[in-house]
Amino acid sequence: MTGHEPAQGRRLRRTRFASNYGFWALGIPLAAFLVFIVYMFAYLLRNGLGVISWRFLTQPPLNGMTEGGIWPCIVGTVLVTFVSLVFSVPIGVFSAIYLSEYAPANFATRGIRSSIRSLAGIPSIVYGLFGVALFVSAMKLGLSILSSGLTLGLMNLPWIIATAEEAISAIPGSFREGALALGTTKWEAIRHNVLPYAFPGILTGILLAVARTMGETAPILFTGVTYYTRQLPNSLSSKFMALPYHLFALATQHDQMMKVRPIAFGTAIVLLAFVLLFDVVAFVFRLRTASANKWQV
Amino acid sequence: MAGTGRPRFRSRKLTDKAAGAVFRASSLLSAVVLLGILLFLLLYGVRTFREVPILRFLFGTVWNPDAYGEPAYGLIPLVLGSLLSTAIALIIAVPLGIASAILISERLKGWVRVATKTLVELFAGFPSVVLGFFGLVVLAPFIAHTFHVPSGLNLLNAGVLLGFMSLPTIISVSDDALRVVPHSYREAAYALGATPWTTAFRIVLPAARSGILAAVMLGFGRAVGETMAVMMVAGNAAIIPHSLFDPIRTITSTIAIELGESAFGSAHYYSLFALGCVLFIIALGTNLVAESLIKREKRSFTL
Repeated sequence: MTGHEPAQGRRLRRTRFASNYGFWALGIPLAAFLVFIVYMFAYLLRNGLGVISWRFLTQPPLNGMTEGGIWPCIVGTVLVTFVSLVFSVPIGVFSAIYLSEYAPANFATRGIRSSIRSLAGIPSIVYGLFGVALFVSAMKLGLSILSSGLTLGLMNLPWIIATAEEAISAIPGSFREGALALGTTKWEAIRHNVLPYAFPGILTGILLAVARTMGETAPILFTGVTYYTRQLPNSLSSKFMALPYHLFALATQHDQMMKVRPIAFGTAIVLLAFVLLFDVVAFVFRLRTASANKWQV
Repeated sequence: MAGTGRPRFRSRKLTDKAAGAVFRASSLLSAVVLLGILLFLLLYGVRTFREVPILRFLFGTVWNPDAYGEPAYGLIPLVLGSLLSTAIALIIAVPLGIASAILISERLKGWVRVATKTLVELFAGFPSVVLGFFGLVVLAPFIAHTFHVPSGLNLLNAGVLLGFMSLPTIISVSDDALRVVPHSYREAAYALGATPWTTAFRIVLPAARSGILAAVMLGFGRAVGETMAVMMVAGNAAIIPHSLFDPIRTITSTIAIELGESAFGSAHYYSLFALGCVLFIIALGTNLVAESLIKREKRSFTL
């Protein structure tokens, strides 16, 4: 027995060593990844910040897009995102209410849940194809903000449902029971005693959806976005310019690619700024609601 | 009061019924959309096979719909492009992702944990064009310079970029998978004298293996489905690559590149829907498998 002890001691020491420092070794790839994110951000800022000015943000592109700004792209991105939300927010929240408050635990409900999760995993370019086939061709909406907005709306619908359902089912059952015991209908109980408290969570989900929708290119590629237009969109059937597509076009399609590179950097920064703005607001909101959920016992 | 009470009550009941019906109809829409997408893709996709024999589509080794005289619709180069770039992505992202998830779930606490998860989540939401642009202006020259190749727009670049893009998915889903392992498992290991390190690798990781596999599947799905970033850095030549430095063309970027230039109603146009079908099937299969894996893990912890 005694003969084994040194060996065991060594092994124990080795195990302790691994346990103490192993986790730090695991941190190396994670740290490298985080450094990469920060580096990328810094690189884009260093190259693009010089281009950003009030005029860059408020002028249309000039001289074959080699000068001027990106105002029509900002307008287009904001509008098309808005159209998508007009479609997906009501339907998404209604679906979430159904799933958490009404849905019986049966085959049909499992099918609906499974569909929603599957939709979330479908590549965005497939949504683009579907948008072309359904909205642009079959429904004859043409290349327009409406077609693009609806395509994006279908895409972000499952994201909104998922976060809204989570927010709604986090409200304790006693909230509903209190109202029902006083003689309200089911809808009144949901309307007055559930939705107001779930609202911050639902809003967080919507903000995250906005951020991701703004950066999407593939679904709008063939449903309404255009390389260049002199006019700002004036109706739902207008074609439009958009920030992500503008960046793509400047980076890979323009015939004076190197000359427009600074504008491409500027566009990338503005797009990132929009996306991060909504992301960060959503995160702050989520942190605050998490600490404010006092009813959770 | 009693006189007005009754009709009011009836209208309240009516509103209640109507609200329920609206909610149910809304939630059905998702299922309808999923079926609708499948239907449209199939309906348009199969029209390809009026002109192109299905076997020649599935096993053809040349994709060249614009060829004068005899256009070729062979899926193989595009599938290889997608699968090879995704394989490189997973080789990078799976070990890094799982290692990071173990650290995040087993070691990090408090605000460090929240901050790290937030950064990862933030990165998951980065627009793919911005990443593609970064790959184009930074990664491409770096690869060309380091390996002395004429162009950095190739398989390697696409794979590396896809690796970064699937990393957040793999980290988040693995972290969830590790976190649902009950605390009693860890406590039992500690009670037997195991260190946190041994516990993490010998107890928690094996217990979470279905969930981790689901994370890998979802990372795969994310990489296969990615369009813009890959299109910007892959070089987009529809050839069967022979080295890491050959350009590739994925299924997704083929749709994105050619949908605009194909004539509506042509075999070329329909063939892109057939490609969409292939993507849809891959995505759906990946998702269903991942879902059942996650369920299986959760079930394995309930007594």
